[in-house]
Amino acid sequence: MNQTAKGEILTTDGIPLKVSLRRSERINKFRAFALVLPLTLFIIITFVIPIIAMLTRSIDDKQINTVFPKTFEIYKQWDRKELPPEEMYATIFGEIVSAEKRAIGKASTRMNYSRSGWKSLIKKSKRKFKKIKEGPYKEQMIALDKRWGKIEFWKALGEMVDPYTFGYFLNAVDLKYDSNKEIIRQPEKRRIYNYTWYKTVKISVLVTLFCLILGYPIAHLLATLPLKYSNLLMIFVLLPFWTSLLVRTVSWIIILMKKGVFNSILVWAGVIADENRMQLIYNETGTLIAMTQILLPFMVLPLYSVMKTIPPSYMRAALNLGAQPMHAFYKVYMPQTVPGISAGGLLVFVLAIGYFITPELVGGADGQLIGHWIAYHLKSTLNWGLCAALGTILLVVMLTLYWVYNKIVGIENIKLG
Amino acid sequence: MALPTYTTNGQRIGYYTYLFYCGLVFFFLIAPIFMIVPLSFNQSPFFGFTPEMLRFEPEAFSLRWYRQMLGICRPDDIITTVCTNKWMVGTKNSFIIGLSATFLATALGTTAALGLSKPHMPFKGAMMALLISPMIVPLIITAAGIFFFYAKFGLVGTYTGLILAHTALGTPFVVITVTATLTGFDTNLIRASQSLGADTMRTFFKVIMPLILPGVISGALFAFITSFDEVVVVLFLGSVEQQTIPRQMWSGIRQEISPVILCMATCLVALSIMLLTTVELLRRRSERLRGIKLRN
Repeated sequence: MNQTAKGEILTTDGIPLKVSLRRSERINKFRAFALVLPLTLFIIITFVIPIIAMLTRSIDDKQINTVFPKTFEIYKQWDRKELPPEEMYATIFGEIVSAEKRAIGKASTRMNYSRSGWKSLIKKSKRKFKKIKEGPYKEQMIALDKRWGKIEFWKALGEMVDPYTFGYFLNAVDLKYDSNKEIIRQPEKRRIYNYTWYKTVKISVLVTLFCLILGYPIAHLLATLPLKYSNLLMIFVLLPFWTSLLVRTVSWIIILMKKGVFNSILVWAGVIADENRMQLIYNETGTLIAMTQILLPFMVLPLYSVMKTIPPSYMRAALNLGAQPMHAFYKVYMPQTVPGISAGGLLVFVLAIGYFITPELVGGADGQLIGHWIAYHLKSTLNWGLCAALGTILLVVMLTLYWVYNKIVGIENIKLG
Repeated sequence: MALPTYTTNGQRIGYYTYLFYCGLVFFFLIAPIFMIVPLSFNQSPFFGFTPEMLRFEPEAFSLRWYRQMLGICRPDDIITTVCTNKWMVGTKNSFIIGLSATFLATALGTTAALGLSKPHMPFKGAMMALLISPMIVPLIITAAGIFFFYAKFGLVGTYTGLILAHTALGTPFVVITVTATLTGFDTNLIRASQSLGADTMRTFFKVIMPLILPGVISGALFAFITSFDEVVVVLFLGSVEQQTIPRQMWSGIRQEISPVILCMATCLVALSIMLLTTVELLRRRSERLRGIKLRN
């Protein structure tokens, strides 16, 4: 190897060794990155961008501003105490007449969320404004439909002045803006989301608890049995994991129906009479039972992999030192399984709060989780802002929990099977 | 596991109660899956065991629902639901979408896993979190996002849209299994191959690929079953033409409850047993190759 006067080590090409090493390091980094790049781009384009784009819908309120830009300019100066001036009527008249049909349809849907009646009013106006040839417009419009003369309708537009809104987020927790942009509670009969959030969390906590109660003993059994037995019993955990979610949901419907297997067995055994078969499905009970069975493998597998690493000699030592088996278990074994409990518990909880298929099929009216309302607004009411706001809240809760999960177990330690 | 001779009677009872409890939990896990198998051979159009079935009378069992599933209609069958070919169309769609998505997911996922396992990989943790995010985000949110975004490009109601969405959902499984196989991969083998004159491609196909193949296949099977079992995205993204098996079952449960669903469910159980066996055999083989005895 060559050496310069300064004492730097050179490679045979005469380049300092440090530079040469750094270069090859950089090439290696670049190569590794190039391998990951295709998938990264694919995931960003087909998955991350769509989700972020959806989330922005939750605060987006531009729709109506793009249809009625001039009206809103005047609206900002209006005192909102008495009916707006002729100028505003004239502007909104012009904008309704010239607006494109599709755009105005979307805008009026949005207006309807703040005050029902707007949609039909706009629709009717669009049709009948042809009759009005010239101003002054105010009286003619009120004569056409008296809703134009109601100040509550005009006031309701107030919440749409800004192109961004937190209104959907407020709706998602049963609050709303009144016409003066003050936050108030939804009317009694429209308060559904707080209750649904509460129920989603309640069912998820209960499912997690049931999974722990059922999963802990069998994970312990699997971890302590000799390998040839435990491998066999492991199939009981892995097969449900691999079986279609819909298949498992269908079988729960068959078992829990009023004329189903479970009720029939009870009737046959004489526990209950034929006429008072229990309603176990299409309600919260059905959701709880089915979700517990479906999510149980996700509890057992992390518990098992933690329990497998606990040497059996610890328990033997505790027993040897005179501890009662229960006491030894409580003091020696259980503390060591806490990482498994928290990993499994978090995993089950996170999966449970986002569940959609099973509650939708076996939950009936009473066993629906928040996923139901996201789907409902996506497909039925087309209130996409609210759909996105509910989704955003759910996603933020999930990501927070995953962050905790990552701190406890490390996200790359997720194991399959 | 025999009990030691010094156990007291109380401990003995406790131990057997524990075993009994575990037995019940295992029953709870597995019974629902196997219960649908005999019911799918039911002669009557009910979702339950008839008294004749319980007495094992041969007339109580029939293949009529299987025939309906396959689209074979015989005049002597009492047809309760319309005899259609929709289950076979669903099967075809499921396989088209599933296999295409699996192929894409495996190719992309394996390449990415190779990069992620290199010691020089920058931002490894962040990249991993990004790449497995499709597995973490609830399906209903994914479906909503994809629905809005794909609608802009006219991908709603097309096979391309569904295949792309299912590929994104399947890649995390490939990345995880292949990365797991690559831990403990002896990089000297690559150096040996290269010093013997093989170029990068030849090294990959002749040295790396045979060693990581079990992981790649397990990942592919996971990706396949993810797509094959997926219904939420299909529900929002698929049109009438892209009805898959889970989509048919979904509408079957909600609208016309027919035992044909049980036949399809039985076929799916058989499929999952096959896939599980394959993955288990592969895992054992790969552990034997690497000299690891313990599972996980």
